[in-house]
Amino acid sequence: MNGGADLGGMMGFGPVVENPKDAFFDAPWEARVLGIVVALGACGKWSIDMSRAARESLPPADYMSLPYYIIWLDAALNLMLERGMITQEEIDTATLQVPPVPVARTLAAADVEAVLGAGAPANRPEQGQPLFAVGDTVHTINNHPQAHTRMARYARDKRGTVTKVHGFHVFADSNAQGTGENPQWLYQVTFSTRTLWGDQGNDIDTVTLDLWESYLKDPAS
Amino acid sequence: MTSHDHSHLTETEARVRALESLLSEKGYIDSAAVDEIVQTYETKIGPQNGAHVVAKSWTDPAFREWLETDSTAAIHSLGYTSRQGEHIEAVFNSDATHHLVVCTLCSCYPWSVLGLPPSWYKSPPFRSKAVIDPRGVLEDFGISMPATTKIEVHDSTSEMRYLVIPQRPAGTQGWSSEDLAQLVTRNSMIGTGFARTPKVSS
Repeated sequence: MNGGADLGGMMGFGPVVENPKDAFFDAPWEARVLGIVVALGACGKWSIDMSRAARESLPPADYMSLPYYIIWLDAALNLMLERGMITQEEIDTATLQVPPVPVARTLAAADVEAVLGAGAPANRPEQGQPLFAVGDTVHTINNHPQAHTRMARYARDKRGTVTKVHGFHVFADSNAQGTGENPQWLYQVTFSTRTLWGDQGNDIDTVTLDLWESYLKDPAS
Repeated sequence: MTSHDHSHLTETEARVRALESLLSEKGYIDSAAVDEIVQTYETKIGPQNGAHVVAKSWTDPAFREWLETDSTAAIHSLGYTSRQGEHIEAVFNSDATHHLVVCTLCSCYPWSVLGLPPSWYKSPPFRSKAVIDPRGVLEDFGISMPATTKIEVHDSTSEMRYLVIPQRPAGTQGWSSEDLAQLVTRNSMIGTGFARTPKVSS
């Protein structure tokens, strides 16, 4: 969606400023939110793509101004509300009102190391041959879906070159909507900054995006 | 639980604590697991992992070649297999090309080798500017890049994660991998910095 999260190329935010303390967390509650959200993932009620979709669905003004871990928390609460895991009254009062819904698992402390260590690979057994090869010119689709997409706005309807075939990966767009993993070929596509930004680009610098086959067209066809 | 139990806390701190209690009561999370996750990312999984990868690539030509041809397998071989590092692409800085990693759409970051992202990496200034004005971003970090050096920005739009292998600093011939790792900063592995140059002893 063309939401507050799709920030590439926006202006007016000012310079990048490092936190001199350089800590992982600016406040103790941020660490708790990180741990809560990661632990909730083990309940098996949503995928990482659904998490991202929930975060980017916050109103743009909120998304751009809230602390990052509040975005995480609010999105997780929205996911739980949608699934009936929690009620708005429970959130408002922080007291238990309705029985919990069954979940796949509750992550135990003893299992944290193994679960984090295993990760969650996004590649799937390859099916068919990739449509494009390294060196091919491709043209990105001009599509503005209401739902989740990883086809960043600034690189839509642009011509680039395939610089890598990454493999056969779960398609974020459909996985975020719960309509299936729909795995497909994933490519690294390199764009000239001249192509992306015109007079504000140049002929030497480039930007790569990792794009699924559904996002790409053969410019000759 | 009511907020007056925690009157010394900020409103947000109190809200998060209350919600954590509620979610525990519901059986969706175990606070001991939350403790363990936080501790893991505060003490075990951090930029020291990536520094190990970089230093090994500087000292072990066979490993460097593996990293160039199959970064994921090479990095996993060192035991760095954890989440947000399932698929990794190492990119190599040189005098000709400087790599910079961003996630314009959220905050994708190679957790397995760098730990949690710093707050600037997740912030709108960095995410908006890195793709349209990468040289300006580098200037924000005090780096002026020659016009002849190509900047290659990697926008992490899929589950592929990017790790920058900075150039080995001059004056480190014969250094051990362990000593070299001490020169590798987190920012040098994102592309907003360089590996430290050793102090010259007189």
